[in-house]
Amino acid sequence: MIQLESLCKRYGESTVVDDVSMVIEPRTMTTIVGTSGSGKSTLLRMINRLVEPTSGRVLIDGNATTAEPAHLLRRRIGYAIQGLGLFPHRTVADNIATVPRLLGWSDERVRERVTELLELFQLDPGLYATKFPHELSGGQQQRVGVARALAAKPNVLLMDEPFGALDPIIRAKAQDDLLGIQRRFGTTVILVTHDIDEAFRLGDRVAVMSQGRLLQHDRPAVLLTQPADPFVSQLIGAGDKSLKLLSLTTAGEIVEPGKVDGPAVPWSVTLRDVLAELVWSGAAAATVVGPDGGPIGHVTLASILTRGRQAA
Amino acid sequence: MQRIDRLGVLLSFVGALALTLLPLLVFKANRIVPGEPRALLDLLPTAALALYSTLAAAAAVAVFVQSPRVRLLAALIGIAALAVAVAAAADILTPADNRVVRVAPGAGFWIVLIALGLLATDALTRLRPGPVLRVATLAVFLAATLAALGSGFFDDLSIMREYAVNATRFAHEARRHLLLALGSLAAAVIVALPLGVLCHRQPRLRNAVLGALNVVQTIPSIALFGILMAPLAAMALAFPALAALGLSGIGAAPAAIALFLYSLLPIVGNTVVGLGRVSPAAVDAARGMGLTDGQILRQIELPLALPTILTGIRIVLVQNIGMVTIAALIGGGGFGAFVFQGIGQTAIDLVLLGAIPTVVLAFSASVVLDALTDLTRRVPR
Repeated sequence: MIQLESLCKRYGESTVVDDVSMVIEPRTMTTIVGTSGSGKSTLLRMINRLVEPTSGRVLIDGNATTAEPAHLLRRRIGYAIQGLGLFPHRTVADNIATVPRLLGWSDERVRERVTELLELFQLDPGLYATKFPHELSGGQQQRVGVARALAAKPNVLLMDEPFGALDPIIRAKAQDDLLGIQRRFGTTVILVTHDIDEAFRLGDRVAVMSQGRLLQHDRPAVLLTQPADPFVSQLIGAGDKSLKLLSLTTAGEIVEPGKVDGPAVPWSVTLRDVLAELVWSGAAAATVVGPDGGPIGHVTLASILTRGRQAA
Repeated sequence: MQRIDRLGVLLSFVGALALTLLPLLVFKANRIVPGEPRALLDLLPTAALALYSTLAAAAAVAVFVQSPRVRLLAALIGIAALAVAVAAAADILTPADNRVVRVAPGAGFWIVLIALGLLATDALTRLRPGPVLRVATLAVFLAATLAALGSGFFDDLSIMREYAVNATRFAHEARRHLLLALGSLAAAVIVALPLGVLCHRQPRLRNAVLGALNVVQTIPSIALFGILMAPLAAMALAFPALAALGLSGIGAAPAAIALFLYSLLPIVGNTVVGLGRVSPAAVDAARGMGLTDGQILRQIELPLALPTILTGIRIVLVQNIGMVTIAALIGGGGFGAFVFQGIGQTAIDLVLLGAIPTVVLAFSASVVLDALTDLTRRVPR
């Protein structure tokens, strides 16, 4: 568990982060969203003490982060940033090995871990371990950046606009990969983004910041249905709230038993996509296909519409 | 249609013009009188014809052949033929046991040599050799030249005569020259690197330091020697221990100090620029992953800035090798001693004995450090 207690950061007259308190549950993904200059990056950087708070403190599992030297604290916390900051003069393997080597792992253990991570991120170790970052595509560089942040198996992973430089298709894939890894390893992820759709897609909880203050920190559905501040509604966008709400639920979550005569959709797609499919095909219900490729039931247009209503 | 190489045309034209209008050889009754030109054709008709046909063939290659390997080979054969012909003529022109007569390569020789040298350099550049190959080529070239000069075949040429007279001193001045150039560079690196790092971290310091070093750089070297003379002489007088170590108003001490001062700006400047070019994201990521300041400097910033820093060191080394020559004026020694002695005696061969090794040293230093810079630049800009 990570507790932020009354964190403030001032530079001279200007207050960048203004009395922010929040509790982040372990093994969840929290996204911090806000416009540029909202203080979201500064807030993130106070967690691993890249920025020292003017006042307030951060506790990780009950221990103040100031209890040990900052560089030792940072070795236990994964860190990935926009532009990645891959070391251009080091190979992919050496980049990933950075923190394990700082921690004094044996060469063999480092090698094993690098191989394991490259495989996890679908980069053939034989092909990519000895390459330099500039020889990789943007998407591959991004995966190496995240692999490097995860190298020493940190419990906490801080990410600052990690997908900012990716084109939309690679970006969606990177988001899916991150979700998969977060679920698999139970890492506590805190991710800063200016993209509200990304924040909603990834966050178990979403924190909205504006002008240094934390406006709301809650589940995405609550932000949609009960925004605590006009700015939150404005940021979320007034027009397509219902569609945003639908994109928070997958077909698998509301599947009903029984066969219908309609288009087939995978269980993992969101209700927003199922709705689009039904509108397009003119059907009233869709067959839901499970992970093994066989039908597991159906969803109806009516049940989707109920889900998208404010009362949900 | 055959393609015509423009550089080849220019070099061939200049070479042909030089051969027609200027002498290949100059004969001097002794080392200080002005020489009179001698035609190779009168002295050694067969050798002259062989040389002219070789040079004509080289010119044809330079104009019509595109392959860099063939062009390089033609240039090297041309240089060898030119050197052999001139040495053979010198042998004939020099009466046996005569130590006074001098036979020097004439203006025609030097211009053709430069034209062939340019042809060779151009061919080498077109071959785009890697850094290791470049240094190897230089080493082979230097070794071949030294072996040729050591063979005794060229001993009747005027410069080699000056060398024969000054052989012991030549070795001494060569050591002194290298010691001054490399020693001041080493001292400058030890001071300038940390200073550069400091300037990178403290922008306010940067302007002050770079400003001060810029002022030093604008002082002409002779003036700087002069400025240093008085305080050094006073220090040597006040502290006999320093004088015992060799410190005095003239000699190697002011030369070394002046070279050291001139060396600071390029190294500090390039260190600041090199560190400034390091991606801020890489430094931020390094700090965020728990590298200490020292680790960031050693493992990330300095390796990434190294090519730029080495470029600065190259500038300094080439500059120092040239400037040591002037240090001879205040008794600093080095090849400059021959140059100024030669000027004093109007013995041009003695001037060349000092000047040519200086140029070769500077050129070699430049090639070696360029190669080092390339080797450390693993990342494209």
